[in-house]
Formats: sequence, C-alpha cells, structure tokens
Amino acid sequence: MNIFKKIIFSALLSLLVIGNVNADKIRIGTEGAYPPWNSKDESGKLIGFEVELAWTLCRYIGEQCTIVEQDWDGMIPALIMRKFDAIMAGMSITAERQKAISFSQGYADEVASLAVMKGSSLEGLDTPAGINLTKPNAAAKKALKTLTAALAGKTVCVQTATIHQNFLDSGDVGKVNVRTYKTQDEVNLDLASGRCDAALAAAVAFSDYAEKSGKPVVLTGPTFSGGAFGNGVGVGIRKDDTELLKKFNAAINKARKNGDISRIATKWFGFDASM
Amino acid sequence: MDLGLMISSFPKLLNATVVTLKLLSVSLIVGLFIGLLFAILRLNKNIFVNRFAYGYSYVFRGTPLLVQIFIIYFGLGQIESLRSSFLWVILKEPYWCAIIAFALNTGAYTSEILRSAFQTIKPGIIEAGKSLGISTKIIFYKVQIPIAIRQSLPAYGNEIILMLKGTSLASTVTLMDLTGVAKYIISTTFKPIEVFIVAGGIYLFMTFIIHNLIKFLEKKYQH
Repeated sequence: MNIFKKIIFSALLSLLVIGNVNADKIRIGTEGAYPPWNSKDESGKLIGFEVELAWTLCRYIGEQCTIVEQDWDGMIPALIMRKFDAIMAGMSITAERQKAISFSQGYADEVASLAVMKGSSLEGLDTPAGINLTKPNAAAKKALKTLTAALAGKTVCVQTATIHQNFLDSGDVGKVNVRTYKTQDEVNLDLASGRCDAALAAAVAFSDYAEKSGKPVVLTGPTFSGGAFGNGVGVGIRKDDTELLKKFNAAINKARKNGDISRIATKWFGFDASM
Repeated sequence: MDLGLMISSFPKLLNATVVTLKLLSVSLIVGLFIGLLFAILRLNKNIFVNRFAYGYSYVFRGTPLLVQIFIIYFGLGQIESLRSSFLWVILKEPYWCAIIAFALNTGAYTSEILRSAFQTIKPGIIEAGKSLGISTKIIFYKVQIPIAIRQSLPAYGNEIILMLKGTSLASTVTLMDLTGVAKYIISTTFKPIEVFIVAGGIYLFMTFIIHNLIKFLEKKYQH
C-alpha cells in the first residue's frame, strides 16, 4: 500500500466514524424562516415554537437530538433522502403529503388568512370570521363565493409547496393569479411593495411581520381551516420509520399531558395554539 | 425512479421552455445593443466616457447574477418614491425585472467580448480603407463591426449558453420558466431527481442546438 492509498483509506475511515456519531442522534429538520413556528435570532441560532418543542420532545424520548436547517421547498425530499429523520417546520398534515411521508399526531394548529395592505379594496370583505373547509356549511360556501368574486383577476402571493398554494390551486376561489415564493419573507416583501394584491399564509405569520416591520399589513376575509388546509401541524417522518413515529407520538402525549405544548405555544404565539 | 412522472412532466416542462427561450432571446437582443454601445464607449479616448463604460462592465461582471436580480426586483421594490413613479409600471412585473437584470448582465460581458474583438483588428485594415478615401464612419460600420462580430463569435456563443443557464434564476422572482415549473412539479410530487433530470435534459438539448448554430456561423464567416 503506497502512501496515497493510506491517506485516502484513513480519510474514508474517519468519515465512517464521524457518520456513526451523527447516526446516534435524531436529526430534526426545520426551516428557520417561518416565525413564530421556527426562525432565527440575530446570531443565526434557530429559535421558535417548534425548536423549543423539539428539545422538549427529545427529552421525553430520551435520546439526543440535533436540529438541522433546510429550505422549505426541499423539506420532504430531504427527509426521504435521509438528510434528517423528522420534520418539525410548521408542516400541516395533508392527504397529499401523506402519500410521501407519515405524520405524527398533530401538536399545534393555526388558522390561515388572507392579508392585504391597509386601504386595499379587498379590505372588509363580507364573510364570517372563520370557515372550515372539511365539510363546508352554507355560510362557508357563501364565503367562498364572495372570495371568488373579490379575488377574480387579482394576484395572490404564497410560499411555494404550502397548503396555501394548494388551496389557491384547488379552484375553490376560482381563477386567481397565484405567485409562489421560496420563503414567507419574500411573500411579505412583495405584499408590502404592492406587487401582490393579497397574500395567503398562517394568520400569525402576517401579524408577526406587521409587528416587526411596522408595515400596515392587515388580515381580511375569513380565517381558513380544514380541507386543503389539513388537520393541524405534526412531525413528518419517513414511512418506513415506524419506530421513530411511535416514539414521537408517545412524547407528544406526555408533553401535552404535562402542559408543555400549551406553555410553549402560548409563549411564542401569544395564544394557545396547541392541540 | 418514477418513469411515469418523468413522462407526464415532460409536456409541462416543454411548455415552460417557451418562457425560458423568450427570456433568453429578449435579453440577448437588448444585451447585444448595450454591449455594442459600451464596447464603443470603452474604445473612446475620453477618460470619463472610458471609465464609465469600464465601471459598468466591472460592476455587472463582478457580482453574481442572482444578487443583481434580487437588487432589481426586491431591492428597487422597497423604494417608496420609485413605487409611485411611472417606472413602477415596468418594475412591478417580475418578467421585466428579470429582463432588465439579464440584459444588463449579458450586456456587460458582450461589451468585453466586442471590445477585445475590436482591438484585435489590425490597424493596417483601417489604414487601407482610409487610403482608398473611405470615410472613418463607413469603415467602422462596414469593416470594423463585421470583423469584430466574426472574431467574437466563439466567445459570444459561450455567453449565450451561460445566459441560457442564467435564465433559470428567473424562477427566484416567481417566473414560471423551465426551472420554475420543475420546482412547482416537485412541490406537489416531492420527487426532485426525476423532474430535474428531465429539465436538465431540456437545457442540455438547447445548449446542443446553440453550440452547433454558433459552429455553423463560424464556418460560414470563415475565409
């Protein structure tokens, strides 16, 4: 064996060793760009409801964890390709996603809403405060009709690969001009600049932005839940990883019983978004 | 490997290729004019004109195309006074923002390609024209420009291919070009490998066509 072979061999060996150290930990993927669910502080450290909840769940599971950052649009592919073992990124449980991955039980739920800039013609729509799309009642159907008329020909901006995009693509509110962005930050920027007539996301994402930026962003129309908006936010796990799924479900049960989820949710959302 | 997905996404991606080709051709045409103008400015003896042209090409060749698009799209969109001006009609549209960024970028590279082509023209050719009593203006348009274009064909062919790949950044400002639609399909199927292989194949095919077109033109204008 010549010297180069030796060097390469030992380098590969050290890679294997490093790989094994990481394999012992549960790796949790999050976006770090969807406050208050998950975001980053000035120093670049991951913070937010799900980051804190992840550490709590790991304590109940009794294993070591690391939190990995991943762009939203590659979240599910990255899980499938084993870049990490679980997703905690404000990801709603939907039938479409369940074709690709499994979900734990939901740990939190939060309604979606349209947002516009103050003074927009879309402000003050005549709709109920909230509608559920799982089995839409007469009032919900009427609200969808009102929205269809109001949004016709308008540009509505959403983050890519979200329940909000799915809802607009579903045709429930007719033909709107949907624009998709890589991050919610970019959606907020273009809403404020006036390129978007309206934007659709978690209601709390807009109130968080309005508060931090001081921009006159206001919610309009009903809040949405059910149907295309899924059934709460859960931990995404690979389909073949049934062992880990069980561990997370048990941990969520314990955390809920001990009041941890409500406590952490109230801290980050300002209200109890736990479920 | 999901072959069915590759086949079903192919027509959608082909449709999006039209957007990519539109972006490419419009920005190349505008960029060629910008490039020619700035190449001429670079050859100007006036130091201020010369420095200005150099500054433009230095800035646009020295910064990433992605940064340029973001500054033009998200950056300019933040300026209140700009939003209330007539310019906003153009800057409001992601399509025009992308065209502006691409044209300014390729214009900078094209100006450098053409400048070096102009400088390789032997002084003897220009002097020959002068001795025949032809005006410098006609020499410039009828002799220098055609020679410069022929000289710069191989380098410009490369620039077209680089720009083709550059247009994929249009998807970052919400345009549904080839890359944008590929990402959209992935967002509902969660299968990036299959979709990107098909999209990559289409890019490769376009590169193949451009490459051969330039080779053909090079042969045609050889002497």
